[in-house]
Amino acid sequence: MKAAPFAYHRPDTVDEAVEVLATGDAKVLAGGQSLVPVLAMRLGRPGTLVDINRLPGLDTLVVSGGELHLGAAVRQRRVERSPEVRGVPLIARAMPFVGHRELRSRGTVCGSLAHADPAAELPAVAACLRATVVVRGPDGERTVDARDFVTGAMTTAVGADELVTGVRFPLSREGEGFGFAEIARRHGDFALAGVAVRVRRDGEAVLAAFGVSDRPVVRDVTALLDDPTEAALRPATDALAAEVVDTDGDAHGSRGYRARLLGVLAARELARARREAHA
Amino acid sequence: MSWTPARDEDAALVAGAGRFVDDLDPLPGTLTAAVVRSPHPHARIRAVDLERARAHPGVAAVIGPDEVRAAVRPFPLSTAAPMPYLPSATDTARYVGEPVAVVVASDRYVAEDAAELVEVDYEPLDVVVDTRRALEDHAPQLHPDAGTNVATDRTFSFGDVDGAFARAAHVVRGEYTFPRYSSVPMECYGVVAHWTQGSDGPGVEAWANFHGPFTMVPVAAGALGVPVSRFRLHVPADIGGSFGIKSGIYPYVVLMALASRHAGRPVRWTEDRVEHLLASSSGAGRVMGFTAAVSADGAVEALRVDLVDDVGAYLRPPEPSTLYRCFGNITGAYDVPAVAIRARAAVTNRAPTGLNRGFGGQQLYFGLERLMDAVADRVGLDVAEVRRRNLVRSFPHRTPTGGLYDSGDYARALDLLLVKGGYEVLRHRQQSARAEGAYYGVGLALVVDPSGTNIGYVGLATPASERKPGRDKSGSTEIVRASVDVQGVVTVALGSVPQGQGHATVARRVAAARLGLPVGQVRALVDMDTATTPWTVTSGSYSSRFAPLVTSAVVAACDRLAETVRAGAAVLLGVDPGGLELADGTVRDPSSGASCLFRHAAGVVHWDPGALPDGAPLRLATEGEFVPPESVAATAEDRINSSLCYGFVAEMVGVRIDPDTLEITLDRVASVHDAGTVLDPVLLEGQVLGALVHGLGGAAFEEFRYSPAGQPTSATFLDYLCPTSAETAFDLVSDHVSSPSPLTPLGAKGCGEGSSMSFPVAYANAVADALAPAGVAIDSLPVHGSVIHDLLRA
Repeated sequence: MKAAPFAYHRPDTVDEAVEVLATGDAKVLAGGQSLVPVLAMRLGRPGTLVDINRLPGLDTLVVSGGELHLGAAVRQRRVERSPEVRGVPLIARAMPFVGHRELRSRGTVCGSLAHADPAAELPAVAACLRATVVVRGPDGERTVDARDFVTGAMTTAVGADELVTGVRFPLSREGEGFGFAEIARRHGDFALAGVAVRVRRDGEAVLAAFGVSDRPVVRDVTALLDDPTEAALRPATDALAAEVVDTDGDAHGSRGYRARLLGVLAARELARARREAHA
Repeated sequence: MSWTPARDEDAALVAGAGRFVDDLDPLPGTLTAAVVRSPHPHARIRAVDLERARAHPGVAAVIGPDEVRAAVRPFPLSTAAPMPYLPSATDTARYVGEPVAVVVASDRYVAEDAAELVEVDYEPLDVVVDTRRALEDHAPQLHPDAGTNVATDRTFSFGDVDGAFARAAHVVRGEYTFPRYSSVPMECYGVVAHWTQGSDGPGVEAWANFHGPFTMVPVAAGALGVPVSRFRLHVPADIGGSFGIKSGIYPYVVLMALASRHAGRPVRWTEDRVEHLLASSSGAGRVMGFTAAVSADGAVEALRVDLVDDVGAYLRPPEPSTLYRCFGNITGAYDVPAVAIRARAAVTNRAPTGLNRGFGGQQLYFGLERLMDAVADRVGLDVAEVRRRNLVRSFPHRTPTGGLYDSGDYARALDLLLVKGGYEVLRHRQQSARAEGAYYGVGLALVVDPSGTNIGYVGLATPASERKPGRDKSGSTEIVRASVDVQGVVTVALGSVPQGQGHATVARRVAAARLGLPVGQVRALVDMDTATTPWTVTSGSYSSRFAPLVTSAVVAACDRLAETVRAGAAVLLGVDPGGLELADGTVRDPSSGASCLFRHAAGVVHWDPGALPDGAPLRLATEGEFVPPESVAATAEDRINSSLCYGFVAEMVGVRIDPDTLEITLDRVASVHDAGTVLDPVLLEGQVLGALVHGLGGAAFEEFRYSPAGQPTSATFLDYLCPTSAETAFDLVSDHVSSPSPLTPLGAKGCGEGSSMSFPVAYANAVADALAPAGVAIDSLPVHGSVIHDLLRA
């Protein structure tokens, strides 16, 4: 369990980082909580690692323009403990489920997005809220709608020569309610199924499911909330779950069990979020 | 005795000052090894090319099938099955992760780089991973010379089994499957091995976190053709846990010794977690059938037991002991006069198995205690009541298989469990839950917890007619050395190779109490060096030997020291040594009240032995042994008292199952233990908790799974799930009864394995009870939400 040889770069600027990435066969090292085990098990063997941890400007954590801006080097634990996170309640609720505290003390929010594990919490939160991912490449900066960001299991819209430099989450507004829940074999494991939901007092409701497909699945569920009690929601969320879940399942959770969980969690969290929106 | 609650070992461990194998750097110039392992579950090795790896910069040696074949003899097996087992594959690889070559290099990075350059030409063969499938006539065969995958197949019958079944009002049968799981030690396997060439021939000096059984020392030395006297093994005081799993390390000691011979330097190999989960060891999987002949009022009159263990690709010693460790207590807590047994071990394309905390007991009791619930259901009795009616009531009790239950009060322990655990309260919770359409279940398990193995049970794998006269095995002897230094400090040196149980703490206190000394005047050494530490062929930390055997030898050694100290005191006090008492750090004459300090009495023997009369005991460094009584070889009728002591566990589990998510919540765990005399209540509680959580792992989380094609699917901590603190915050009620053993000087029995045997089945019984209204049976583990969902939908 020792990594194969690789070159290590710690660039001084984002432009320099992008230049190194453009040489090909390079991987970005941020918190390393997913990448380092992959290297150690020689499941991946990039020729070059680009360490972005000390890049100036990537440790931004600010609220501005109705959004929470998080730089690519911002640790999950820092976000979790910041007062600013209260502006995005869904992140606050999801964060305790992201691995364990020790992992969050190194892991980054943008790293979780870029890693794009199908069962990860933060890509689903980003998709639910329609966050904006900021990407820098040889041709400059561009933004990607978080709902278009993950393109498959462990794959994203970021090119091999591009670097995620940050993400912007919209702050919650008056009349919005949120719900987040997941079920895992043990606390801290990747979810067998999970949901992030936002309901607005005007009735608009959106749900992002994770752990059940190759990427977060986002659905407009406004029509489901005609009768917003949990029991009344269940038939509709069960039907939704049956349609959404397309993972084969495994020993931890069969496809049928994951669909069951998604139906249960979706009804619970939509009912909760609606109550919150009307509180 | 007065006890302080903390263990002597703990300060160093919690401060990061433990010294584990990988911390040791005993020899200069030590190189590092990496193991090349088979990616195939079953493949002929057509050719191996080591040249590119050997040419890699920094590589000192690479050994493969040719080197192993030339220098290593197959390990002697416990049966005559022609299924040769070597430390690495030579002609055929039989499980994913089986060693095929070893690369020795300047460091582990270089060794792993070079390991990728080892080229092996594999010809994949048909694979068998399922135990039942392995028994079939046309199943792929792992060892063609054997002509079968059955490594051992024995039948036994004791008492009037057929008559009991003919008379039975009910015949109750169940088929059960028990999974493979581990104990997941914190430090994985670690070896430093040095091949030496001395004036009287080659030898090996090795450091390893091996903890016995020391029967494996001659096995390992013999494989290398080195006499035991030149096979020197060191085991540090801290080995990072094991719970049985590290008994499987000895083939790696052999392999690394051979690697050292080729490298000409000492070689270190530190197993990483992936290697550990892939290919170290686990408890044996088992498929089994249990049938009970039951009277109209619920008395079990006879049992038929059919056991098939999956031991993996080889019958790695000490397998097939999983089948026999509990032979004397195969009828469990119950007074069952007749039993018929068929015991088989099958080889499959999985990693070899071995000791795991509760060895053989969790498998046995999963069948027996699931069956007792089925009996209760058939007879229409409460699960506690049917067990109570069948309990062994008088002691000592001879079981039909030859076990001698030394002491106990099973009925009292059961009653205490039901009261303290709140059985009626939990039944009310069940009624309320069911009224609301929710699931709540209560599960019981009563298990006899054997300790102090009689190795004579190994003989059972061979039919009595084929056992060689004069080659019987029996017993479980322990030897301890004790000495008094010139300042009156007593040292006890144990060959107990602890895995973290706190042997030094307890041995020290036992010795201090026996010699009337403050604990501070005694120290305990637990580092093992086979060249200097007293040990026997049965030494080791396994089968809960410490409490019944090691402490007994401590007592024997201390009693010999005491004789010498009395003789010294007799000189100082001018009295006869016979009546002198050792207490409070002094030696006292109770008739006159005169006394002298223990250290002064010992000082006379150290400094002025000429003052002692002729014939007085003069040993201030001595050994004490304990040879267990009632521990003899298997009889011609295949009866055996397979352990010295038999403790008891009565356990109860209450579970709530969320009707929506089907998540299982432990509502209550209650556990009553009888370990005889309690040597240390804090350490005992720690053992109970540890065993419970180990059992919870097997019951609900852990399993070594393989795909039908033979690929392991749980070889990282992403998929092999151990319970963490978040899963263990359950409501626990723990209590004890104490029935001292008449066979050990202190009356103590083992206590570290009981709940590892009882919890898995208690949990399964609780879940099955909860789901009874849904008509779902729980016949295998682990059980969790997804399993229940699929059962409900089936």
